[in-house]
Parts: sequence; C-alpha cells; structure tokens
Amino acid sequence: MILSVRDLKVSFRTHDGMVRAIDGVSFDLGESEILGVVGESGSGKTVSLLAVMGLITDPNAVIEGSIRYKGRELVGLPARELRRLRGNEIAMIFQDPMTALTPVYTIGWQIAEQIRAHRNVSKAKAMERVEELLAEVNFPNPHEAMSRYPHQLSGGMRQRAVIAMALSCNPALLVADEPTTALDVTVQAGILDLVRKLRATHKSAVVFITHDMGVVSELADRVMVMYAGRVVERGSRMELFSDPRHPYTRALLGSIPPLTGDKPRRLLAIPGSPPSLLRLPQGCAFGPRCPAQYEPCATGKPDLRGGTHAAACYRVAQA
Amino acid sequence: MIYAILRRFGQMLFVMFGISVIVFLIFFATPGADPAARIAGRNASPEVLEAVRHSFGFDQPLYVQYVKMMEKIFVTGDLTSFVNRGWKVVPAVMDSIPVTLSLVFGAAILWVVVSIVIGVVAAATRDSWLDKLLMALGLLGISMPVYWLGEVMNLITQSRYHDSWAFSWVPPLGYKNFSDDPKGWFLTLVIPWITLAILYIGIYGRVLRAAIIESMQEDYIRTARAKGLSETRILLRHALRTSLIAFVTLFGLDFGALVGGSALLTEVVFGLHGIGKLTYDALQNLDLPMIMATVMYASMFVVIANAVVDFIYILLDPRLRTS
Repeated sequence: MILSVRDLKVSFRTHDGMVRAIDGVSFDLGESEILGVVGESGSGKTVSLLAVMGLITDPNAVIEGSIRYKGRELVGLPARELRRLRGNEIAMIFQDPMTALTPVYTIGWQIAEQIRAHRNVSKAKAMERVEELLAEVNFPNPHEAMSRYPHQLSGGMRQRAVIAMALSCNPALLVADEPTTALDVTVQAGILDLVRKLRATHKSAVVFITHDMGVVSELADRVMVMYAGRVVERGSRMELFSDPRHPYTRALLGSIPPLTGDKPRRLLAIPGSPPSLLRLPQGCAFGPRCPAQYEPCATGKPDLRGGTHAAACYRVAQA
Repeated sequence: MIYAILRRFGQMLFVMFGISVIVFLIFFATPGADPAARIAGRNASPEVLEAVRHSFGFDQPLYVQYVKMMEKIFVTGDLTSFVNRGWKVVPAVMDSIPVTLSLVFGAAILWVVVSIVIGVVAAATRDSWLDKLLMALGLLGISMPVYWLGEVMNLITQSRYHDSWAFSWVPPLGYKNFSDDPKGWFLTLVIPWITLAILYIGIYGRVLRAAIIESMQEDYIRTARAKGLSETRILLRHALRTSLIAFVTLFGLDFGALVGGSALLTEVVFGLHGIGKLTYDALQNLDLPMIMATVMYASMFVVIANAVVDFIYILLDPRLRTS
C-alpha cells in the first residue's frame, strides 16, 4: 500500500467558528494504481489531497486523522522531513499550468531546481536529466524547450513541463489536481494519454482529482466521489459507472449526455447548489437536493457501507 | 538591442526639447513676465530697461532667443548668468553634479540594501512582533521630514555629542572631492547618506514587504512548495525575485527625481553645493540661464533613470523580452 488515509479531518478556524472542510475521509492507494477523486467545487477533493502533500499552510487549519505513506505517518511530521518527501517521493501537478510556474525562470531551470533539491548532482547532470524528461513528456524539441520561459509555451506545453517537473525524481505517488480542466479538449486527451503512459513507465500511483466524469471513466482504476467534505461513494470504475448507488453519483452520471441509445429530451440537472460548509444541513448533506430523500436522511450522517463498492446512503443500506 | 537604445535616446531628446520649450516660455512669454524688468530691478527707468533688453538680447524674436540659449548651453557652453554677469552657467552645473551624484548614489545603495533586508525579514516573519516593529520603524522613517532629521543629525554629530567617542570622526559640514581626499569624501557623506536614506528605507521596506506577501499567495509558490524547496529558497528565489519589479519601478522614479535636484533639502542642511542647491538659488534670484541649465540637466537624468529602469525590467522579467 502506497498511501493509506484514515478518518482525515481538516477544519479551519474562521470568524464564524470552526468550519470542517474534510469530515472523515478514508481511502487506500495501491502501487501504480490510479484513483479518481470526483466532486463539485468545494467538495473538499483538493483540500484533502493538499493535506496529504502537507501543503495546507494556513495557520488556522487543523488536520486530524492519519495519513500513512508507505507505512510512515505524515500527519505531524516535521516540516523538514515532509519537505524531503515532497517533490521527491510525492509529487503534484496543479490545475492551472498558466500560473503554476514561476514566470521569471526558464522551465529547464525550474525542473533542474527540483532535481537538485533532492539529488546531489551537478547542474550539467541535472540539465541532462531535464532534457530526457522533456523528451519523455513529448516535447518535440526538448533541448530548445529547456531555455524557454513559461510565457513562451502554450497551456498544453506548460502542463507537460509541470508533469515533467513532477516526474523528475521518480515519485511513487503523483497527485494531479484537475490537470486537464484549464486545457482544450484535444490537449486534454494528450495529457491523459501521458498520465496513463507514465503510470506504466514510472510505476507511480496516481490520485487524479477532477470534476469531469468523462475523464474518470477513461483513466481511473478506482473512483471516490466526494460531497461536502465526505466520501459518498467509492468503488472500482466498473462498479461505479455500471451500478452507481448513491443518488449523487447517479445524478452526476445522469448529467452526461449518453453517446448511444435514446437521447433524453432534457439532461438531468441537480437542483440547488452545494451547501455552505458553515451551515451544513442536519443529517445527510446531500439530503435537501436528493430526489430519494426520506425521513431517516434528516436524522444523521450515513456512513459508507458495503465492501469494495460502498455508498454513504440510508436508501442503499436499506436495500 | 541597438534599435531599442537608439529609440530611448530619441525619446530622451524629445522629452528634453519639450521641457526646454515649456520652461523657456514660462519665463519669457507668460504675460507680465518681462525678464528685462526683473534684471534691471525695481523702479528702473525706461532707458535702463531698454539698455538691459538690448544687452541681453530680449529685443530679438522669441525663437531666436530660444535657439541662442540652447546653443549656448549645449554647443558653446558659454551661457552666462543674468544675475552675476560673467559667471558661466554650464561649468557651475558640472561642478555640482559630482556632489549630488555622490550624495544620491550612496544613499540609494544604502536604502536599496537595507530596505530589501527589512522587506524580506518582515515578510518572512509576517505578523510577528519583529514584523510589526520593523514596519513601525519604517513608518517613523517616512514621517520624519528630511530637513528636521538632518538638523537633528547635525545637532547630535556636529554639536552636542561631537566630542564624544561616537561622533568625533564626523568632519565639519561641506563637501570634499573624492579625487582629492577619498576618506574625507566618505566621512563627510556618511551622515547625509543615512539621513536621505531613512525616508526611502521606510517606503521601500513597506512596499517590498507587501509585494512579497502578495506573491507568496501565487500558484507558483505552491508549486515551489510541492517541489520540496526550503522556505528560505522559496522566499528569496521565487517570491522576492518576482516582487522586485514593483520595487524597481519606484526606484527609477525616486532616483531620477533625487539626482535631478529633489535632494535639495538634504543638500542645504548639510552644506553640500549640489544641483538642488544650485537650482534653489537660481530660482531665488530668477536667474533664468541657470534655471534653464539645471532643468535640462534634471530632465536628462529623469529620462536616463527611466531608461535604466526599463533595462532592469527586461533583466528581471523575461516576459518583456520578446514583445
């Protein structure tokens, strides 16, 4: 097991009291496995992975629970130790490649900086490695690309550079936070191919955060659906797409136009909007928007039930 | 590159031409501004006025007067003062330039170095007592007028505590040529440097702190953290580096203005006969040729400072290189 997260809770102190952004998230990730994390904006998917990376720098954040990387507890690990893992064994790709690179340095310099932060190699050696990496992420002219500044590259190219940077130290775990959201569809496909290929060549496990069910269906081995800071359903890709159990998952899938069969006259939309974390409804957070809501839903928060394919819903437990 | 420099040079000439025309017109052609009357003094008879007018060439058309004055400043260099006839204006400006440059350069080095240290330390220890202390001191520095601070400095170092061990090294006020006496040059300027720099240290330290804190919120800082870099490296190589752009903008404006004569108060307080003092005296006497020459000089420096800033921009920000 590369990563094992148990009952992770992240809260923020605010003027209106404590806000719990992540409420008891647990998941496991095996070697070279791809886990898709799906949810709307504000569902806590990014925050939970930033917690794994130790990148929540807000002094008002409180992180509880356990995050074990290769058996080693990360919660409460001193900053120095964490830094040695970050960028080295655990790497991250961010959502917006336009702003993720420092504008005043060449991409070659920025990738070499990461290599030299973790490996004791000469500048020239690091640069050789950069060239290999850029070739690996399909830069047509890697040697020339090294001396380019971020603003001289297209969005897709920048994201490739960010991926090359993330891979520079052969991480065992790669966290990708919506890496395709800011890109064109054709560029997206290229990036997804790349992630798949890299899983094969680098044997990295990948946590892929997205709100795009289509991306998940192409890439993920297993899927975790989040809503209002909790996991509402998890299972293998097959299980989740062929037999969605939680009403929220079903609604998400229902909002995608089908390619085969009869076209629905109107696509399904989920009424309302995600609840504010400050004023979560009593009971199930999805309750007020749920088409299948009934009395028990207002009484308590349902736990995840089921084996490998689990959902947090009283209806499912009942069935 | 050569094209850019030439274009800059062309801009400089254009700006200087514009300024010279405006200044010239203000003193020669605004209604009621008769330079002859000013030179001849109050209650001068019409004959005297006429004689002055002829002798200074004010009876010629304006454009002729303008061209003649420019020729005397830039070509022959023998423009003479209207107030002290025979006093050559251009050498007087040339003599004051090293004084002002010595003062402003030294102060600039001091304020850039100290304010970068203060800005970085304050940003790094954000919201701590150290940050608050540094920012309060900065505000104090900004609030102290330079003429007051200069006089207090003089009071302490020249008079009250001059005989103590701390300030016995301070030489009397005035300027010493670097080429004659490098040590004296340095010692006479230490107190003026500190006085002039304190104001700017306050401003620049605060500006830099704010810029660094702002860039620490950027996505690329999160990337840098995800790379596993140390906080020091993130602060210095990523946040500070991108924050220097605002800093340089401010520096270009202030430096140009100071070299162009805004260091007047400091010069007067410390008895340094620099460009500011020269301009001030010329304005007091309405000595037009001198005003013209110092204004030309000042505008040249402002434009040069701006050009240097643009050049530093290009070094700092690769995004400006291609376009």
